[in-house]
Amino acid sequence: MKNSKFLKISLFTFIFPFLIFIFNSSSYALDVERTVLENGLTLLIVERHNLPIVKVSIGINAGSLVEPEDKAGLANLTAELLTAGTENRTASQINEEMDFVGASLGASGSDDYVTVSLSVLKKDLNLGFELLSDIIVNPVFPEDELNKERERIKGSLKAMEEDPGFVASKVFKDAVFGTHPYGRLVAGSTESLDRITRDDIVHFHAGYYVPNNAIMSVVGDVTPEEVKKLLKKYFDKWVTKELKDTVPQKPERIRQQKIISIDKEITQANIILGHMGISRSNPDYYTVSVMNYILGGGGFASRLMQNLREEKGLVYDVYSFFAADKFGGLFQAGLKTKNESANTAIEEILKEIKKIRDTPVSDTELSDAKSFLTGSFPMRIETSSRIAGFLVAVEYYGLGMDYIDKYPVYINSVTKKNVLRVARKYLDPEEFTLVVVADQKKALLRKKF
Amino acid sequence: MKKVSVIFIYFLLSFHVLYSHATADVRGVEGVSVYEEVLPNGLKILALKDPSALLAVFQIWYNAGSVNEPIGKTGLSHLLEHMMFKGTHKYGPKTFSKIIKRAGGIDNAGTSRDYVFYYQKLAPDRLHLSIELEADRMHNLVMDPKETLSERDVAMEERRMRYEDDPQNLVFEEVVSTAFKNHPYRRPVIGWMSDLQKITRDDLWEFYRTYYSPNNALIIVAGDIDVDLLVDKIKKEFGAIPKGPHVESIAIIEPEQRGEKRVFVKKEAELPYILTAYKVPDIHHEDSFALEVLSSILSDGKSSRIYKSLIDEKKIALSAGAGYSSIQKYPFLFYLYGTALPGIRIDNIEKALYEEVANIKSNAPSEREVQKAKNQIGAGFIMGQDSVFFQAKILGIFEMIGDWKLKDAYLEGIKNVIPGDVQRVAQKYLIEDQRTVGILIPIKGQTSQ
Repeated sequence: MKNSKFLKISLFTFIFPFLIFIFNSSSYALDVERTVLENGLTLLIVERHNLPIVKVSIGINAGSLVEPEDKAGLANLTAELLTAGTENRTASQINEEMDFVGASLGASGSDDYVTVSLSVLKKDLNLGFELLSDIIVNPVFPEDELNKERERIKGSLKAMEEDPGFVASKVFKDAVFGTHPYGRLVAGSTESLDRITRDDIVHFHAGYYVPNNAIMSVVGDVTPEEVKKLLKKYFDKWVTKELKDTVPQKPERIRQQKIISIDKEITQANIILGHMGISRSNPDYYTVSVMNYILGGGGFASRLMQNLREEKGLVYDVYSFFAADKFGGLFQAGLKTKNESANTAIEEILKEIKKIRDTPVSDTELSDAKSFLTGSFPMRIETSSRIAGFLVAVEYYGLGMDYIDKYPVYINSVTKKNVLRVARKYLDPEEFTLVVVADQKKALLRKKF
Repeated sequence: MKKVSVIFIYFLLSFHVLYSHATADVRGVEGVSVYEEVLPNGLKILALKDPSALLAVFQIWYNAGSVNEPIGKTGLSHLLEHMMFKGTHKYGPKTFSKIIKRAGGIDNAGTSRDYVFYYQKLAPDRLHLSIELEADRMHNLVMDPKETLSERDVAMEERRMRYEDDPQNLVFEEVVSTAFKNHPYRRPVIGWMSDLQKITRDDLWEFYRTYYSPNNALIIVAGDIDVDLLVDKIKKEFGAIPKGPHVESIAIIEPEQRGEKRVFVKKEAELPYILTAYKVPDIHHEDSFALEVLSSILSDGKSSRIYKSLIDEKKIALSAGAGYSSIQKYPFLFYLYGTALPGIRIDNIEKALYEEVANIKSNAPSEREVQKAKNQIGAGFIMGQDSVFFQAKILGIFEMIGDWKLKDAYLEGIKNVIPGDVQRVAQKYLIEDQRTVGILIPIKGQTSQ
């Protein structure tokens, strides 16, 4: 939160608008209370009394990373079904109780971890915690709800095929990561979903939904004492359990240029180009962030946007990003452009990738990137919901509770030389995967780039 | 410019998710007050001080949405929004967003039928940048002819992305333009492709000169700000900009509809989809509050009637719901929609949606159900207050459709709704002769790899 130091510094900003970032970061520091409870749960609390609301986010190490390949979708289905009925309540009762007080409670799957979240008014906090604990500790996964959810997920997988951007992204991930969990859809496939039984879900839940495998953040109009009381009251049945030691394999990088084209009757070519990237723990993460901001992460401040949109009018949006997960990551650049411009757009992306590998970025580009990345940090922790999600990620990826203070230091220590080094190391203009979903008669894609 | 347009052009169906957050007995952020002043040149300023906000916001709103476009020039107001980022005499092209980003901020803009707005999110001590840049581009735009052509291409790419290649959005566009035969609400904000191709620099210039003037604009600053300092700065930068022509409200009245209209869209797609739209009043009519509650009862949350019936019990829809936003300048539409699960015929979805309407018409909802809707709307409103951007936006939207103080009338109106009102408005407005039905008929194209 803000303090007087911030106000004093702010007087200078009119004079030295860009120097400020070096000093002011700690003014955003959150006062986080971190404890590891007896049952092994890591608890993170931030008090914010601006509004009578409380947001809870629980990250559980039970994402698609730890599910078996032939049961792809199991982690997500387990998460989705938490609210489908417990020992004490049916699905309708849970929905009705939460809706009646305007609260929301739900869970969603992801690669690395599953997130269960609660959003509730302060006055309904007891009810919120009661239901939160009920769905985590006592879910029963009724067979009929399982079948219903399975059909819904299969239906949405089909519906998503309508979206050429989704198709491109699905095919791209698959081509880059192969059979590694990062290469598949978190939702699974129609075939793998059909293989999942209620027993699989019950076992998956019993094995992974344990407190020593979870991180809980509570943010809002609440004190640590209140939270601890609530936990004692509602989560006393959530006890430590020995965990299966599942260390996922590291994904293998493919060393060749791979072009996949998919034909659809559409007006735009949906293009994704990229390859494997870096994991979140890679020490080059921050240098890569700066480099990517300049290449294609910085919106209108990025080279890709300047070139393809501002100068050539080829696209509405063009981007690049590094998605850095626990055990690996993805680099991708993507855009949509009318079918006829597909080749040109791909050539321009490659030109920009080559350029940032060949010549150092300018001093202005470097300082602009740094000032945005450090200065915009507060946006990541603007609301209680965002703080709750942020804290879970910081803990999960082991970034340390002083991350907010350290982040600007990491970013500000990036040099032009290092930007060039990481561009050469982590960008590849030859051995990449290219996916183009387009009207191929019009796109007339080149065989090699 | 970009992504916010998504909200306006794309998420029209979820408008109420964005806007209808309010009910009485709602405590706002403590210590928040609104300062209001109108400058001699007609520029209105609202300043909202929220001591708990980490970030500050600058928004400028112009009464210049797609309803104001001349015949044959659809897409003009949105294209002008893009052109506002293309440089002034003082700041060259491609600099606006760079300056904001360098200061650690983000900026964007959005166009709707009723208005256009531009915003920046920054640290509170940097709002002077927004004030200088926005004052400058209110009257010093260059609009270079070459840049204009290039940006027109960008807008066409945006149209391809959002509509041409998105079957459900095509249905939406078709339904709205069929429902209205005279009122300018019939025009898509993004514009018809054939109109976009013909918009000239002169068209844009005339629109800019007519509508981008202080007397047709509203500024909102919000956050933990020094109100006096910022109001002075606004006076300094905007005060000398001369008044523009007076902008009249649209006096076009939509003739009475005398029977159902039905349209079909045949397009490569995976699943059939239906969108039914009824003509309904806006916030200036007292029936609008009961319509808001009706929409919530039908479709807010998993305990809502449409969700329970079509998704949960009958298991025929992948997604389904209702949508209504009263916060419009002129009477608009109330929607019902649904995507069929694989193998389900679309007429089953249509029938099931109408059954839910018929149920409400024959039996008023219970007190509890109405209370639940009010609680949901109320909780959503309180939670929204956590973002200073949202607080400012609520003021802006209400001011654009009449008066920012309508917000309180809205809260009061929702609070006063009784079950009989909900039944009555369903009987009065959700009738066959007043509806326009759009159906997506998927035709299977050749997808090959």
